[in-house]
Amino acid sequence: MTPLLSVQGIRKTYGFRIGCTDVGFDLYPGEVMGIVGESGSGKSTLLSCLAGHLTPDQGSVVFDTRAEGPRDTVTMSEPERRMLGRTDWAFVHQNPRDGLRMSVSAGGNVGERLMAVGARHYGQIRETATDWLGRVEITEDRIDDRPRAFSGGMQQRLQIARNLVSGPRLVFMDEPTGGLDVSVQARLLDLLRGLVREMGLSALIVTHDLAVVRLLAHRLMVMKSGRVVETGLTDQVLDDPQHPYTQLLVSSVLQV
Amino acid sequence: MSLAGLRQGKPEHAGHGEAGEQPHEVAADIHFAAPFSKENAGMDESVPGGAYNFAYLDEETKRMIRRAILKGIAIPGYQVPFASREMPMPYGWGTGGVQVSAACLTPDDSFKVIDQGADDTTNAVSIRKFFERTAGVETTERTAEATVIQTRHRIPETPLTEGQILVYQVPIPEPLRFLEPRETETRRMHALEDYGLMHVKLYEDIARHGEIATAYAYPVKVEGRYVMDPSPIPKFDNPKMEMAAIQLFGAGREQRIYAIPPYTRVVSLDFEDHPFVAGKAPHDCALCGASDTYLDEIITDDAGSRMYVCSDTDHCATRQEAAA
Amino acid sequence: MIELRDVSKSFTLHNQGGAVIEVMRGASLKVAPGECVALTGESGAGKSTLMRMIWGNYLAASGSIMVGTTDVARAEPREVLALRRETLGYVSQFLRVVPRVPTREVVAEPLLALGRSSDEALGRAEALLERLNIPRTLWGLSPTTFSGGEQQRVNIARGFAHAFPALLLDEPTASLDATNREVVLALIEEAKARGAAIVGIFHDEEARGRVCDRVVDVTRFTPARAA
Repeated sequence: MTPLLSVQGIRKTYGFRIGCTDVGFDLYPGEVMGIVGESGSGKSTLLSCLAGHLTPDQGSVVFDTRAEGPRDTVTMSEPERRMLGRTDWAFVHQNPRDGLRMSVSAGGNVGERLMAVGARHYGQIRETATDWLGRVEITEDRIDDRPRAFSGGMQQRLQIARNLVSGPRLVFMDEPTGGLDVSVQARLLDLLRGLVREMGLSALIVTHDLAVVRLLAHRLMVMKSGRVVETGLTDQVLDDPQHPYTQLLVSSVLQV
Repeated sequence: MSLAGLRQGKPEHAGHGEAGEQPHEVAADIHFAAPFSKENAGMDESVPGGAYNFAYLDEETKRMIRRAILKGIAIPGYQVPFASREMPMPYGWGTGGVQVSAACLTPDDSFKVIDQGADDTTNAVSIRKFFERTAGVETTERTAEATVIQTRHRIPETPLTEGQILVYQVPIPEPLRFLEPRETETRRMHALEDYGLMHVKLYEDIARHGEIATAYAYPVKVEGRYVMDPSPIPKFDNPKMEMAAIQLFGAGREQRIYAIPPYTRVVSLDFEDHPFVAGKAPHDCALCGASDTYLDEIITDDAGSRMYVCSDTDHCATRQEAAA
Repeated sequence: MIELRDVSKSFTLHNQGGAVIEVMRGASLKVAPGECVALTGESGAGKSTLMRMIWGNYLAASGSIMVGTTDVARAEPREVLALRRETLGYVSQFLRVVPRVPTREVVAEPLLALGRSSDEALGRAEALLERLNIPRTLWGLSPTTFSGGEQQRVNIARGFAHAFPALLLDEPTASLDATNREVVLALIEEAKARGAAIVGIFHDEEARGRVCDRVVDVTRFTPARAA
């Protein structure tokens, strides 16, 4: 089987400071991988490099494109990378304000990706948007409301609908449940799990919340000071951590 | 341009004048150097405006603007940055259009200015007077007789022909601006033809109003490539943009020039199930009876009585003369 | 179906001065299809550790752990995941679920993960819940608020939803009343009858005697403390 995403030797530095270095892994279709580590461990830098928001200094990010098979997205032209960004890739930001157009209605937010790839039938766009709002548990009567009238949890769900409407194959998530209260987090996690399974999505989830990865991620990558210190099955890494840092991380979590 | 800049331009013109002269004397010096000074009544020193170079701007500035215009014509719909000059009128009064007109005018041109279709509004009269004085060109109110027409918010009803130039005054040249405030991002979107956002705007219109409520500055796609703001003309005028004349757009404050060459494809954006309609008020002109022109609504008394008349004053007058 | 050869395990506690605790050495075990093997030994002898290694939850330090054709000790994460999806089931002592998900769906999930239709999966889930005497009124609620016994039965229903060829059972009859204990034992017997290889931990000796074909005392895999 061809990996959906094959990452090799990614390195990104900020002057003399290392953002992340020597990161490599394969992600297969349908797999959800969690990237954990403390603040400043390089996990967000890595995610930005993989999603094409930052250009890595070294390394390749090979994505199995629909049309042409495996392509290195680092050396791909910007129009091609942008096209991926609005079709096969999706990016869910921690802060919904970064991922939504706050002055555009919920329906317009969901419809944007469709229109970006050429949808020109208002009725169909609206129908699809309605369907997707339903899937993320936003009622149809809110379709013309702007996101600023929504709660934090609703905004995050809207962001997810906006991203998944184009039927992406790979979703990048940066702390998707950060900033939400616990009950809202649970609902979002449940929703994400269902969508991942139904759509056969692959996902990379950056988070510092080990409970989130235990519920969502199949695999785990633990980062410290810009380097990957441990990888493996999520429950294995959490229950039988091998690296000193992972042991510290796991033992630092408060038991509820 | 600074005083020093004017001086640098001097050798190319004539080369007299000494260092330390007062600014107005420098300007006078340039005027003597201008190639049109002898024949041109407007350049008579006894007339106040005569102290300026032909068409107000110095030759270097006009060259710079012409380069931007040529580039704009070569890439239809693309916004070319240019070093907009301070003009003797406030921003919003057509400084961009005036600079483009100044760069296009020759002494033989016949110049017409319309504002919302009318030749007799303050803005139109001022700009016409400005070029009568600084360029001494002939001016006209007849669309058919004009070679350069500067316009604010309208395209004349009379079809334009090859050899004519239509200069638009543009307040905000960026059609994506209201949805994407970052200039770096909008330029990138143009470069990559990333225009989904434009339809989001139209989507929002329909969602809010049940139809595409954008009635002016209706976005168009030029020659299948660049999405362009046609300046705040009514969408009624959009279909006319596929014309025989050259169309130039000048935005003074935003420092952008763009263009549509003759016979270029200009398509108004729309949805399959909400097609573009070039709407107008459902009336005939009360003065000339035309049924196919863009109309102004005029309130005629305190009781709210109203009448509809052609916004294009020249077109209306011509029809009335013909009927008389 | 399940075969362990010379498996060892140690924990290195980096945050406690790098202490190395060797907990298992030379563990070997073979379970045929249709066979049920009980692990015995006193508390702390390593019964759960061995189960967890078969499950892939603990990393084996050496040796091989074959489940079907997969060596869990060496497999890539995705191979272990595929194994858990298709071949190897696990009924743990504790239910771990996403809050808010209804019981019916918790039980149906292993089938949904295999791509079965929602109707089939939910039908099977409801039949199992019925059989395990979970009141119908609870099916639409999340099991997180259920009593210990109810959670245990939900866990069992989930573990038996798909007919796994290999099963790991950790105290399946603990905290169950006589009626439900009987249901669980019947489920185990049915699994054996269809050819499942089962490894289990049963403190309930009577249950062990009834369903298990063999007993393996893990104490013999425990390295001598003095060594």
